[in-house]
Amino acid sequence: MSFLNNVITGISLGSIYAIIALGYTMVYGIAKMLNFAHGDVIMVGAYMVFFAAGRFGLPSVVGVLLAVVVCTVLGVVIERLAYKPLRQAPSLAVLITAIGVSYFLQNGAQILWGAATKRFTPVVEGTLELVPGQLGISYVAILSVVCCIAVMAALTLFTTRTRMGKAMRACSEDKAAAQLMGINVDATISSTFAIGSALAAVAGVLMCSAYPVLSPTTGSMPGIRAFTAAVFGGIGSIPGALLGGILLGIIETFAKAYISTDLSDAVVFAVLIVVLLVKPTGLMGRYVPEKV
Amino acid sequence: MKKKLNKNSLNGFINYGIILVVYLVLQFLIGGGMVSNSLQSLLVPACCYVVMAMSLNLTVGILGELSLGHAGFMSLGAFSGIVTSILLQSVLPAVPLRLAVSMAAGALAGGLGGVIVGVPVLRLRGDYLAIVTLAFGQIIKNIIMVLYVGVDGTGLHVALNSDRFILAEDGTTIIKGPMGAVGVTKLASFTAGFVLILITLLVVQNLVNSRAGRAIMALRDNRIAAESVGINVTKYKLMAFVISAALAGAAGALFGLNYSSTVASKFDFNTSILVLVFVVLGGLGSIRGSMIAAALLYVLPELLRSFDIAEYRMLIYAIILILVMLATNNPTLKNFFGSVFKKKKKPASRTSK
Amino acid sequence: MSEQKKNNYPKPKLVPVPSTNIIPERDVDKRPILECRHLGIDFGGLTAVDDFNMAIGRTEIAGLIGPNGAGKTTVFNLLTKVYQPTRGTVMIDGRDTAGKNTIQVNHMGVARTFQNIRLFGNLTVEENVKVGLHERMKYSAVSGILRLPSYWKKEKEAHEKALELLSIFDMQDMAGYQAGSLPYGAQRRLEIVRALATKPSLLLLDEPAAGMNPSETAELMNNIRKIRDTFQIAIMLIEHDMNLVMGVCEGICVLNFGRIIAKGTPDDIQANPAVIEAYLGKRKEA
Repeated sequence: MSFLNNVITGISLGSIYAIIALGYTMVYGIAKMLNFAHGDVIMVGAYMVFFAAGRFGLPSVVGVLLAVVVCTVLGVVIERLAYKPLRQAPSLAVLITAIGVSYFLQNGAQILWGAATKRFTPVVEGTLELVPGQLGISYVAILSVVCCIAVMAALTLFTTRTRMGKAMRACSEDKAAAQLMGINVDATISSTFAIGSALAAVAGVLMCSAYPVLSPTTGSMPGIRAFTAAVFGGIGSIPGALLGGILLGIIETFAKAYISTDLSDAVVFAVLIVVLLVKPTGLMGRYVPEKV
Repeated sequence: MKKKLNKNSLNGFINYGIILVVYLVLQFLIGGGMVSNSLQSLLVPACCYVVMAMSLNLTVGILGELSLGHAGFMSLGAFSGIVTSILLQSVLPAVPLRLAVSMAAGALAGGLGGVIVGVPVLRLRGDYLAIVTLAFGQIIKNIIMVLYVGVDGTGLHVALNSDRFILAEDGTTIIKGPMGAVGVTKLASFTAGFVLILITLLVVQNLVNSRAGRAIMALRDNRIAAESVGINVTKYKLMAFVISAALAGAAGALFGLNYSSTVASKFDFNTSILVLVFVVLGGLGSIRGSMIAAALLYVLPELLRSFDIAEYRMLIYAIILILVMLATNNPTLKNFFGSVFKKKKKPASRTSK
Repeated sequence: MSEQKKNNYPKPKLVPVPSTNIIPERDVDKRPILECRHLGIDFGGLTAVDDFNMAIGRTEIAGLIGPNGAGKTTVFNLLTKVYQPTRGTVMIDGRDTAGKNTIQVNHMGVARTFQNIRLFGNLTVEENVKVGLHERMKYSAVSGILRLPSYWKKEKEAHEKALELLSIFDMQDMAGYQAGSLPYGAQRRLEIVRALATKPSLLLLDEPAAGMNPSETAELMNNIRKIRDTFQIAIMLIEHDMNLVMGVCEGICVLNFGRIIAKGTPDDIQANPAVIEAYLGKRKEA
């Protein structure tokens, strides 16, 4: 039974990682940058729900919607102010800027909302008992998996069926060629950030519902984990992010349960290194040979 | 055409000169009692970060590979340096010698870590190498967090679990899991930091201006062309990576021996990023830039702690970081600042770098 | 000066040697520097090069021509093991290169330049050449760091050798310039010098005259002959400038759709109907 419980916990944790990883992977795919501030957008989303639902007593749904809107706007503003001017700059400069944005969000949150850890009220509570006392699935876990599947399906449809989605894929292949075909590259990148940040808000709510503590640094570790998940699955690939996220969640849960709680991080990252050594572009990444 | 004058050796001497002058001036000021205690306590860690930045510049600026786990090597160096110093307590009573041996042990541990990470992963490219170094840093931190090391009459005891960690009555615990290293005798001194910086400068600078250094930079500029003229890619990548890791290990040992206790979380992802920021702001590939950026950027925020704006310290740091990156990398802003400074400096002599 | 060269090497006369190859008369009794047998590579399902057979004499200047996309650069990449061939063998000076990588093939005596220039842009001109001298001016990294006597001795030698090599193209005055800031033509010449620094016995030039004006091209032709005469090496070049190819090459190999369609002296090639068809298309029958 504990095995099944672990599988369930792993999948639901993995679903949250997958949603965050999708944001990472889409931004990487199109802007070729590691957006280290992505994790901190999660934190902002969680705070929005915390204040809306906890302080002002608004319904959770309204809180979540508010979080999505705020994060979307935040993502686009960050992109416009900090990343857009660096479109032609070396990737390291963009990386450092992203780190600066991450510091900014963390410390801004600390000044606005205090450094103290806050108790987050889950958006849904309770557990669905399958075998009473032995096997149960929390409603948050169900919600996470459902959200993850819905997001995946929506994104797949979006990138294959809509004009904007096709424009995104074109930009990630070759920005210059896309521009020559009349695609507005700047607008496309902005909307990628918007989608990624909206997903981060959703992930923030789910994560803080599952692990109900909230502080200005809440987002950084899940951010790194999700980034790992994205690389694991092959960065730039949407199904890869899903696969990487779920696998990472399961590995982490099992490492905690069967190896050592303290060493779970080491196990997760060791698995990542092994995967990259066997398949240097991640599980579903494409290898693009250098042209001579 | 930009002419790069053959000024390598002159540049090198200027770097040695800067370090020597700063050291002498600070020593003079300390002797005259003009340096506050809080500033004095920053000198050794500042030296460590200068070495960290110079060594990371070897990986990021000279070799051209992004590393996000440099603090991991520092951590390896710190804890092996501490263990060495305690083991040698009775054998080597002379402090400078014990410190030197401990730092050498730290360098060895860091270098070994560099080999372990480097051999398998250096065939990965770009962002994938970055993520693996990040992962490596996390693994090191994680393992040291659960590591117990102690010494007693029967020898050295190492365990990954407090239950399995059995020590005789007379034994000394050196590393105590999540509490880190405790009861460390502080051996570090500003002079030791100064010597370490000099050694680092000698190693990095002379390496860059030699056959091996040229091969490393050739790899950075064009790997395929370097292969076509017979440069062994793996060998030189590994060489740069391991030297960089060993220097970080030595810096870590000095850092660890500057405090009575040290925890592994001190050397986390944020520390790696901090050092990377020093390197990028100092200028990729510029040894002098790394030196100056690390010293200033480490000391300034620490000094700001004592002011009223302490709360906004990191926020200001973040804003400045973003603005500097935008100003130095955005073509429009770059031209704007360029013209502003040119106009202002017209009456004065030529703009110096 | 070029008159004198022509005396050294009388009008080329290609003679058949065993298998399907032809090489200059003067190199006949010596082992060919390069010999390819049934060389081929597939990318996925696409056959980029197939059944490539060629031999080059020890002091021959050979040309590899063909329309765009014929697979010329792919042949170079196969010879230098940037790509591992799917089929066939490449022999350098009689030694098989199977299982070797780019670095080892360079050590066996093959050096090349690139169609899209690949210099070490942040290094100086002299440093670029010194990187080419890497295997010939050996001292350990430790002697470099500690500035041991071997460092000073070898660095001095490398400096002199680099200037000597640069003087082939009269570039010794540019030694201190940053390679990436050189004009286009100088960058192409520097790539050749860097390749020569590795002391090759076979030099592969990928479109050496691309982007050069007619007078620069004429100078390049002389220099190609000069390099062959000075270093006594074989040179194989890919080039679209037919004046250069017909003027400097002794044997020419024409590639189309990954296969050799003609081999011979410049005169043979110019008269070959298959070549004309490959370049100009088939004449429409009325």
